[in-house]
Amino acid sequence: MTSIAIIDSGGANIASLAFALKRLKFDSVLTSDRSTIESADRVILPGVGAAKNAMSRLDRAGLVDVIRGLTQPVLGICLGMQLLFDRSDEEDTECLGIIPGIAGKLPATSESPVPNMGWCATRLRQPHPLLDGLEDGCFFYYLHSYALPVSEYTLATTTHGVEDPLEFSSLVAYENFLAAQFHPERSSAAGATVLRNFLLGVT
Amino acid sequence: MVKGVQFRSHRVVGDILELAERYCHEGADELVFYDITASPDNRSVDRSWVSKVASVLDIPFCVAGGIRTIGDAEDVLNKGADKISINTPALSRPELVTELARRFGSQCVVVGIDSREEKGEYRVHQFTGDVQKTRTTSRTTGDWVSEVQDRGAGEIVLNCMNQDGVRQGYDIEQLRGIRRLCTVPLIASGGAGEMQHFAEVFEKASVDGALAASVFHSAEIPIARLKQYLVDRRISIRPQG
Repeated sequence: MTSIAIIDSGGANIASLAFALKRLKFDSVLTSDRSTIESADRVILPGVGAAKNAMSRLDRAGLVDVIRGLTQPVLGICLGMQLLFDRSDEEDTECLGIIPGIAGKLPATSESPVPNMGWCATRLRQPHPLLDGLEDGCFFYYLHSYALPVSEYTLATTTHGVEDPLEFSSLVAYENFLAAQFHPERSSAAGATVLRNFLLGVT
Repeated sequence: MVKGVQFRSHRVVGDILELAERYCHEGADELVFYDITASPDNRSVDRSWVSKVASVLDIPFCVAGGIRTIGDAEDVLNKGADKISINTPALSRPELVTELARRFGSQCVVVGIDSREEKGEYRVHQFTGDVQKTRTTSRTTGDWVSEVQDRGAGEIVLNCMNQDGVRQGYDIEQLRGIRRLCTVPLIASGGAGEMQHFAEVFEKASVDGALAASVFHSAEIPIARLKQYLVDRRISIRPQG
């Protein structure tokens, strides 16, 4: 029985993640309890809302060093992905500093609106167990205004914009820390594949 | 591509769930649930159905109707909705848009706008859920789009009332005009009758999504066929399934 801890970062919309795990026949617990998080087989850091607010909640809950010290597979989703990196340009927020990189604001025009909201084709850039069963160019559901640049840790990418498209990281892997900019819990079959790979495929 | 599921709140939850699963399975990219009686009767939606919908859907969905306070929005989002859409309450108290965006982030906050052309000008309508109470406001649609965007709305659903229900195609001209001043996602609503209408609105008005209710509901346009048609027209859209 795989135990899954979803870190309660205070954002709304965590129910949909628990429901998605349930559809895969996995139970999860929403928690800010240190020992529950440390002893879980898998840890998910979700997040909807603003980076500064989420970081101060993690700080107040005494979870900053706990997350930094985790050795089991950890998956950051959307804002949760950005929090795993060094910084975010959103209110110039210092983040957890686990994965090198800075989240920057997506440029907005009427051809490429921000938030980037909707289904985007995603390119697979390097092999990884998290990508098993996915096809290059598959679609995931994105909902964000900030994004991470492409780096050596990038597994998959998406572009934003038409004229001069900006490529950003959709999936990242750094040691045991994995991160998705899109919402796997709302990305139909492809999203379920990513979650299943995280639960069963990575060690 | 967004599917609107419109219902009055006495509709039984089983029906809503069945529809939700059907559209999800057929390849809809997003669902919007409207409780169209909520605003005119000055009361809120019964929200027990939201968690039930959230547990079966693996695509995003938005709840519209009866959200007037931060507490209302929090309730809906905590039950698993991805976005909340406000229309009449935003017109009554525009600060609500600002407050919602600050609390939950712009990505959760959709503003629905009912717009109708009168004497050569597009104007915003209010209380459109009830024919008896529907009224024109003093606002032009363009001004209202700019205002809600400045206040932090993360998406705009523009319902073109002149086109609504007549199935003659989306209001391309109006949507193009709004597109020019809209830097957040813009969803076209009202007027879809044929597959070609969807292609036109993406190609000519550069909208981010197209919403339709009746043509999907009646299965007149099967979602899978529409998607294949749009893919063949080289419109960037998630292929079916």
